Amino acid sequence: MIAMTLGVGAMEPEEIEGLLPWHATGTLNPRDARRVDEALARDPQLAKQYALIQDEIAETIHVNESLGAPSSRAMQRLLAAIDGEPSRAVRRSSNVIAQIADFIVSLSPRTLAYSAAIGAIALLLQAGVIAAVVTTKTTAGYQTASSDGPSVGTRALVGFQPDSKLADISQFLDAHNASIVGGPKAGLFRIQLGERAMSKDEVDALMKELRADKIVSFAQPTQ
Amino acid sequence: MQANSDESLIARIAQGDRLAMKVLYGRHHVRVYRFALRLTRDESVAEDLISEVFLDVWRQAGKFEGRSAVSTWLLAITRFKALSVLRRRKDAELDDETAAAIEDTSDDPEVVLEKQDTGNALRQCIAALSPEHREVIDLVYYHEKSVEEAATIMNIPENTVKTRMFYARKKLAGLLKKAGVERGWP
Repeated sequence: MIAMTLGVGAMEPEEIEGLLPWHATGTLNPRDARRVDEALARDPQLAKQYALIQDEIAETIHVNESLGAPSSRAMQRLLAAIDGEPSRAVRRSSNVIAQIADFIVSLSPRTLAYSAAIGAIALLLQAGVIAAVVTTKTTAGYQTASSDGPSVGTRALVGFQPDSKLADISQFLDAHNASIVGGPKAGLFRIQLGERAMSKDEVDALMKELRADKIVSFAQPTQ
Repeated sequence: MQANSDESLIARIAQGDRLAMKVLYGRHHVRVYRFALRLTRDESVAEDLISEVFLDVWRQAGKFEGRSAVSTWLLAITRFKALSVLRRRKDAELDDETAAAIEDTSDDPEVVLEKQDTGNALRQCIAALSPEHREVIDLVYYHEKSVEEAATIMNIPENTVKTRMFYARKKLAGLLKKAGVERGWP
């Protein structure tokens, strides 16, 4: 191999020369490519040889390209041979993510593009539905536990002792299957008791029971 | 993984996907054919080899580990099968005869004309190289294989690839010189 006037890095001149063919085809790693570039810039003899290699590449490609292509017979033979092979059960991955990945991989770019478009439309529709639901809710206004419930059952105006705790009131309501449907107005709450209509005696007994509770200051049936 | 990368095609072939096999075949069969033809110098043998190479891919796809590019794997299979054919035919001597024939024509008037066409002379001399030298020249110059990939295909150490490439080029220069083309190297 020719001797180079300057060494490059840790590589011997012969090593650089030996890498020229791969440098010319662009298959060297970046580090070696840089070293060869530096050597080419320094050594005219090496640069001359590099030009010869480029001619060799061009003519090698010419030789190979002039070989033509095989006939379709090769493909037919291959498919016939595959038909003669033992049938292969299509293996399915047990991993759901892997199956999804396999499916996506199997899609053509055009199919993927259509899928993306359909996905985008679906997102828009979903956004529209959510917006409609939110708008409807907003129109209905903010509702509390005191909203109007079923109209059947018995209602009463109830006042609570000033020192009653929220936990006690909640427990009271639960104990009587009651809910606040209005108020407070003049210190009284309108509550719904049960979900069925009651006789007058039943209502009277219930009011008596309510008044007996220590947190209740007032209880009177109402409409 | 890219949707239709060679590696994903191999994965599908391993599952028995014939369409993936056709796509891979369409992508690589010409280069496989040309490599086989350059090694065997017989069109019908090269065509037969294509079917055998891709049938091996069909059978072995599940074992492909992706340590090398699919194209490198294909050429390695092709080479193995081509050398098996050559061993059966004991064809090696023929290549030396061919090379000698080229060398002997250096004084032929036609060759004098060819001197004016360095490209043509180069092509003739490339074709006249020994199988080993022709192979490494093709792998590096035409199939664009790196040192590592060429080593994998030819099943030799990387340094041997570099040395073989150097001597292939040197032999090429010698053939050109005998054909009357002086290039100033080596």
